[in-house]
Amino acid sequence: MSELQTVSFYQTGTFTVGNRLLKQEERSVQANMQRTNSLNSGHRACQGCGEALGARYAIDAAMNASNRQLIAANATGCLEVFSTPYPETSWQIPWIHSLFGNAAAVATGLAAAMKVKGKSDVRVVAQGGDGGTTDIGFGCLSGMFERNDDVLYICYDNEAYMNTGVQRSSATPGAARTATTMPVGERPGNSFGQGKFLPAIAMAHEIPYVATATVADLRDLEAKVVRAMSFRGARYIHILVPCPLGWGSASNDTIRLARLAKETGLFPVFEAEYGEIKSALAIRRPLPVEDYLRPQKRFAHLFGKNLAVDTIARIQAKADKNIRKYGLLAKEAV
Amino acid sequence: MDKPFAITLNPGSSLANHTGSWRTMRPIYLDRLPPCNNQCPAGEDIQGWLFHAESGNYEKAWRHLTRENPFPAIMGRVCYHTCESACNRGKLDEAVGINSVERFLGDEAIKRGWKFAPQETESGKKVLIVGAGPSGMSAAYHLRRMGHAVTVMDAGPYLGGMMRFGIPKYRLPREVLDAEMQRIIDIGVTVQLNSKVDSVLDSMQAGGFDAAFLAVGAHIGKRAAIPSGDAAKIVDAISVLRSMEGEDKPMLGRRVVVYGGGNTAIDVARTAKRMGAEPIIVYRRTRDKAPAHDFEIEEALQEGVMVKWLSTIKQAGDSSITIEKMALDDDGFPQPTGEFETLEADSVVLALGQDVDLGLLNDVPGLGVKDGVVEVGLNMMTGHPGIFAGGDMVPDRRNVTVAIGHGKKAAKNIDVWLRGESVHPEPKHDLALFERLNTWYYSDAPKTVRPTLDIIRRQSTFEEVQGGLNETNALFEARRCLSCGNCFECDNCYGVCPDNAVIKLGPGKRFKFNYDYCKGCGMCVSECPCGAIKMVPEEN
Amino acid sequence: MLKQCEGSHAVAEAVAMCRPEVICAYPISPQTHIVEGIGEMVKSGELKNCEFINVESEFAAMSVAIGASAGGARSYTATASQGLLFMVEAVYNASGLGLPIVMTVANRAIGAPINIWNDHSDSLSQRDCGWIQLFAETNQEALDLHIQAFKLAEELSLPVMVCMDGFILTHAYERVDMPTQEQVDAYLPPYEPRQVLDPAEPVSIGAMVGPEAFMEVRYLAHAKQMQALERIPQLAEEFKVCFGRDSGGLTHTYMTDDAETIIIAMGSVLGTIKDTVDVMREAGHKIGVLGITSYRPFPLAAVREALKNCKRFVVLEKSLAVGIGGIVATDVRMAVTGMGLKGYTVVAGLGGRAITMKSLTAMLEKAGRDELDLVTFLDLDWKVVNKQLAREKEVRRSGPAAEAMLRDIGAVAARNY
Repeated sequence: MSELQTVSFYQTGTFTVGNRLLKQEERSVQANMQRTNSLNSGHRACQGCGEALGARYAIDAAMNASNRQLIAANATGCLEVFSTPYPETSWQIPWIHSLFGNAAAVATGLAAAMKVKGKSDVRVVAQGGDGGTTDIGFGCLSGMFERNDDVLYICYDNEAYMNTGVQRSSATPGAARTATTMPVGERPGNSFGQGKFLPAIAMAHEIPYVATATVADLRDLEAKVVRAMSFRGARYIHILVPCPLGWGSASNDTIRLARLAKETGLFPVFEAEYGEIKSALAIRRPLPVEDYLRPQKRFAHLFGKNLAVDTIARIQAKADKNIRKYGLLAKEAV
Repeated sequence: MDKPFAITLNPGSSLANHTGSWRTMRPIYLDRLPPCNNQCPAGEDIQGWLFHAESGNYEKAWRHLTRENPFPAIMGRVCYHTCESACNRGKLDEAVGINSVERFLGDEAIKRGWKFAPQETESGKKVLIVGAGPSGMSAAYHLRRMGHAVTVMDAGPYLGGMMRFGIPKYRLPREVLDAEMQRIIDIGVTVQLNSKVDSVLDSMQAGGFDAAFLAVGAHIGKRAAIPSGDAAKIVDAISVLRSMEGEDKPMLGRRVVVYGGGNTAIDVARTAKRMGAEPIIVYRRTRDKAPAHDFEIEEALQEGVMVKWLSTIKQAGDSSITIEKMALDDDGFPQPTGEFETLEADSVVLALGQDVDLGLLNDVPGLGVKDGVVEVGLNMMTGHPGIFAGGDMVPDRRNVTVAIGHGKKAAKNIDVWLRGESVHPEPKHDLALFERLNTWYYSDAPKTVRPTLDIIRRQSTFEEVQGGLNETNALFEARRCLSCGNCFECDNCYGVCPDNAVIKLGPGKRFKFNYDYCKGCGMCVSECPCGAIKMVPEEN
Repeated sequence: MLKQCEGSHAVAEAVAMCRPEVICAYPISPQTHIVEGIGEMVKSGELKNCEFINVESEFAAMSVAIGASAGGARSYTATASQGLLFMVEAVYNASGLGLPIVMTVANRAIGAPINIWNDHSDSLSQRDCGWIQLFAETNQEALDLHIQAFKLAEELSLPVMVCMDGFILTHAYERVDMPTQEQVDAYLPPYEPRQVLDPAEPVSIGAMVGPEAFMEVRYLAHAKQMQALERIPQLAEEFKVCFGRDSGGLTHTYMTDDAETIIIAMGSVLGTIKDTVDVMREAGHKIGVLGITSYRPFPLAAVREALKNCKRFVVLEKSLAVGIGGIVATDVRMAVTGMGLKGYTVVAGLGGRAITMKSLTAMLEKAGRDELDLVTFLDLDWKVVNKQLAREKEVRRSGPAAEAMLRDIGAVAARNY
């Protein structure tokens, strides 16, 4: 069996959640029969919720990395509402929900409390959706970054305010239909702004660690949480979590869409330390953005009677720019 | 902790909320039939044995494999591995090298001396098997493992039948053949060589057999009426190949014309080449119409065998032959053109197919023969109760793997017949189509190429042309298997469920759904790499 | 130990002696000197085991305090005016979650127009936020109330605002009796949270509560304040035992026993009022004073008791319920329901307008004759107001009122337009 060690090919490698051929310690947290299930069954997320999945992936990984010494602060939003309606909570970890816009600040307070109480082994995460992170919670988040408070902030980005009924956030992509950017008029869907890519803003704070991830690549996500937990100070992970409700996609397509977002180049998956990009996940099977857009009803108006060629080209250009900027097609990007 | 009312809650208490009630569709686990298994004429559970090989447990893999086919080392050399054509991985990059892994396992078993477990129970029934070829020995193996007393009678001096007399050494080394034959004998099969059965009924009666399985190979070369002079040396291919096994090697001369386009034609031409001759194959149609496997034609060409396509032999003289050029008509049939050519030829070897000697069946009541083969039912039984037939004797493709499959199938049916039962075959699982897979999850990996003997030695010796894989690349190749339609415990369903509604049962035990919480989103189905989950409507 | 110091500094020292563990600081006048003072103590090492966090807004200040308190740390912050309003959402949240944060509010007016000077509009706008609100009359009381506030907050698991008049107290140098650390330690035990985020005993704090339990949660908040009503006087008594002086409690009375008129107020203006009463008493006016220390919970019974022998009361408040009049007065009127008293509301001192003994005297004399309007704006410049009202009546685009009036009174150069 000694020769086994020389074979680095494992059928599915690390693409699947688990792999019976890997050594126990090389397997994912999610593959473990004794995983924490930090976000327990019985939560009220929609069928196929990407955020519920992303949250369990991330928090279980953080629990593992912190030897189960973890506290979380949660912004208002889907994740909060579906996980903690009285009289039941799905969280198995110490968890607090305060407000929509203050999760980062509450976490700062928690971290300060842990420090002053001599419980530095207890780690603090803050989490919120894109609205609670890129919009209303942005001030507190930036303050937490700037002070380099010992908090890992995780944004579950589903690109709109889903909890309130799918309204536009500053993370909503151009052309997307939301309740406040309806596909009517001369320029249907969300207008193309200049974009507000929070990972880049986080990097501008030169905090120890910034990473993006998707629910389509668990091993990458877990590795990033582990890496993030190896630092002290402010850290930020931005996870793309497709939303069947808001995106108008099939509940079984959640992971596929996250994968397509990455494979088309629309969502660059990378990590940065102290403001400098360290690596990017290479595109494995390059695809046009159309493959990503078509399965989503929020983009259905692009594929009506008249194909919205210009708009699709504009979205493709954004993907191409990401590919250039982050070197997503380069072999060494792997 | 004295918790404030309502705003502070106990951890994990949402377990009280059974979200399974939301569901309109439910996922269920299932096994689908992998296309390789579906394709295998010998009915091997290829995906099943690859599963064990993937984890490096080769003995378990070998034992799993040999439940269906006791000859992996032979198969790994002579099977035409149509499984690989069916392999879903072929649509992804290249088919899994099933055949090469099978050979690795077979060779590993020989090297390590793995034996079949001795038979512990006896049925008290006796079965006669006529013919010690692939079909007969396969049936012998299975029948013996069912507890029957098995006697194999063969007219020839060696075990193996057509595997020995029809397949050249450079494709199947005799020590490999002998090793896998011996293993059958070792589990208590009685073999009587040089024992031609002239009448099956007499032999059954004489030996007190309860049933018989007839598996006589097609040893008689077909002749064609070629106008020829008295001095012309015309022999049949199967005799040439058979004589290679004896003391007296065939005398074919330098220029050997082989007439035919099947595998036997190729085999005999390549054999002649190795004996120092200059073989030339004459075939009336084109290469793509030739029944021989293209890889064999290719190997023959590499070794210097010449081929005259679209040609028939009009006449054979003592040192030359006349051939006529042919042309394909609109229906693809060759038609004479009236153009002639003369080739030098010291001998002509006819490779126009073979017949089976059906002499032993002359007095069997009820047994039907049509087009030179025995008519059998779906259970492989002839018109005479208790007499079954398979291999070259029955209407089917003639190759080793098909014959082995016949042997297994006949064995099962003989067993059932002996116990006075009727067969209730289990319904086959749905086929694991490529469309059912989520191939994203498989690592990219090109097929491992097996080593090939250098061309000089291929032209001058009978050393095995194709080499085997070593452990490292056999393992690699095994792990290329997509495990189509069968859970390989990748944990995807367990991981991707947003509701933690999949319960992991532990290594080897797979998973089950917790329908208390499963909302029926279908993510597990979409993200199952191998298509082993499906959604079904929820019952009211 | 007696010392002469600025009010803010006195509070800073008192807070430091309460051994706070997390302090959030965001600058806003007139609160700034307090957190500056504590910040320096943390930086110098004088105050140990304390995290001093310079946050980016008052909203963050309260949010950090929420997190820290939920993490089991004694948490403190200070704010004023716009700052209090900016953190309002978090203010309600802290009380809703039952987190015993202590916050100083250096009372200041709320804009527009922007004004940095003292009145009570800021904390009174938070009347219903669920916090306990204690108003200090003097720097000594401000100092003392902070020590009591931590104890009260942590016993009840409710946040407490200690309100002190901006500039008038915060920036005034006065003599205070500074307690010793030993005294404070003897009075104030270490913080033992009612609920805390701890991996050893995980809970979810901040659930979403629907109609089935929300009323009950709100009632329990009310019930807690009712408990505070009992506990506040006891804590003042205990404080007296430890520190040897009267401080805190629900209310303070001054010459109310035989008073026909009782003037009711909160904060530092009580000093001016008492001086005025002293003078008027000499002239034979039977006037008494009721100072309200605990605005929330509002001491209905104590007020009723204090007013039981008088004929009339005047509520003088540094706040305005626009569209009706008084804020404190409304609560007082509820307290005296059925007592048949005459009651007057006097809005005074908004935006730092000086409240003079002269004006108080005139107002109280008028009240004694029951000639006072039900709602009176003390020292309102009617000339300016009427002119502006007339201007607005005449000209649709009359321009900004504040600037126009400032021109009218000559505070800025007149300009032709």
